[in-house]
Amino acid sequence: MYLEVDIEKQHGDFQCKIAFTLHSEECGVFGPSGSGKTSLMHMLAGLLTPDRGTIRLNGATLFDKDTGINLPPDKRRIGVVFQHARLFPHMSVKKNLFYGMNRVPRDQRNIDPKSLIDALQIKHLLKRNVSNLSGGERQRIALGRTILACPHLILLDEPMSGLDGTMKYQIIPHLQAVFKAFSIPILFISHSLQEMRLMTQEVLVMDDGHIQHHVPTEKLARTGVGSGGTGYVNLLHLDAPQDLGRLLRYQWGNVPLMLVKTKDQGPGQFALGSRDILLFKKHPEASSARNVLPCIVRKTYQTDWLSGVELDCNGNTLIAEIVPQSLEELDIRPGCEVIAVFKASAFERLY
Amino acid sequence: MFPLTPDDILAIKLSVQVAVTATIIALPLGFGAAYLLALSNIRGKAVLEGIINLPLVLPPVVTGYLLLLLLGRNGWLGKVLALFDIRIIFTLRGAVIASAVVGFPLLVRSIRIGLENIDKQYIQASRTLGAHWWDTLFTITIPLCSRAILAGTTLMFARSLGEFGATIVLAGNMPGVTQTIPLAIYQYTSTPGGDRMALSLCLVSILLSFVVLLIGEAANRTLARN
Repeated sequence: MYLEVDIEKQHGDFQCKIAFTLHSEECGVFGPSGSGKTSLMHMLAGLLTPDRGTIRLNGATLFDKDTGINLPPDKRRIGVVFQHARLFPHMSVKKNLFYGMNRVPRDQRNIDPKSLIDALQIKHLLKRNVSNLSGGERQRIALGRTILACPHLILLDEPMSGLDGTMKYQIIPHLQAVFKAFSIPILFISHSLQEMRLMTQEVLVMDDGHIQHHVPTEKLARTGVGSGGTGYVNLLHLDAPQDLGRLLRYQWGNVPLMLVKTKDQGPGQFALGSRDILLFKKHPEASSARNVLPCIVRKTYQTDWLSGVELDCNGNTLIAEIVPQSLEELDIRPGCEVIAVFKASAFERLY
Repeated sequence: MFPLTPDDILAIKLSVQVAVTATIIALPLGFGAAYLLALSNIRGKAVLEGIINLPLVLPPVVTGYLLLLLLGRNGWLGKVLALFDIRIIFTLRGAVIASAVVGFPLLVRSIRIGLENIDKQYIQASRTLGAHWWDTLFTITIPLCSRAILAGTTLMFARSLGEFGATIVLAGNMPGVTQTIPLAIYQYTSTPGGDRMALSLCLVSILLSFVVLLIGEAANRTLARN
């Protein structure tokens, strides 16, 4: 994908002035509410006309004020997955799913509906009425509907914000699997850094109608802006669960980790707060914490009030945030060995 | 028994004919006007809305008189129509136009509310899925406000059945030509001994209106289920 945007739009007192060039297949637009994310999405999709500028996707001009080009939404081939799915209430699930595909010329249909239905695991939903779907199921159908319209780019407008707690991240594996299998570039719009980190490689940070930064998502996560002041969260994919009675042992790459037992005991994605990790210079010997990992410090960096320590745990990366005084007192510097300690209850399952 | 004369039966037929024709003619125009008011960004919406709603607030006789000035032989539009040998006043066409104009605001108001209640993201979703605007209009917009269209149509039809003031001014009261049920009732009540006949037509009028409302409600329930 090659997306070139240089547009301006005035909404009363609010001015959007957005310029960027994207090559990445998985990019995010991150920013607080009212920062202009939705305006940007609408202008890209052709639902809002910019006052000035140009929009080009893969070399094709979608909008150019000077030459008077302004393709309507149906000609742009930019799909949108809306915040609350927006399945057409007067149609069945199946009709919704095929609405876009039926409007694509046959020779341009490059998605096999059967494999998409399998990837999204929605076959059993096709005969249902739209009103009989859960939030997650609705989003999967909306996603399938958008993909079947064979777009050149998909805009996802906070697709998880309408889902509650535990359901929220359930859709992530579907999104990841589908975008990988069908190689469709995405622009993921969200104000949740966690979602952004799970879905994108790089991110445009928006504020007050402007693009403030264009950075790798991981880099954003390590700043105070990205974490919203709550600290960096390590995202760990854990598999090969083993029941040890009151605890579960998972494999994090080749590192074994102990977690407290939960209802869902399968492999999955877990969050571990960087501030829940204690660092010791020597092995603490006796400790109530169940995870005691020898690590090597790769580097240290400064966040707003704390010091971030990037650790190498047998090839895996772990970030711990400690106060600068501790960093000095323990003399933590790149290359030195430390012991990272955290409790079995410190993990939160995302999906 | 309540007797009906052949002229009464003709008046009933004419009433239904006028109401059906007026509703059919007004429906696409009413939808267009409601669409402009609810979903477009045109300027002068308040003026357009005012003009459309005028027949609702003006005495129907005034509406009829204005139509007479416009469509009469010396009227601005009447002169143009005369070139094509089309006469409006004192014809059934006049009765249809009078009914259509008077019922129009009710139709537009209902459809407009229906259109305004549609979540615009359904329309946007349809467009981004590759549907042209007219495709979206027929597959998303109209189905999503079908109950409002039905309500407006029912109201307009019922109003047309009862239309009196504008019709008598524009189309006159000629039995068998422009005399609808309300006009026939009016004639009976101003004729000595016509009370019984007027009552017969009143009952027919009540029955007709009731049937229209029942059919409207049944259709509404069917749409709600779907």
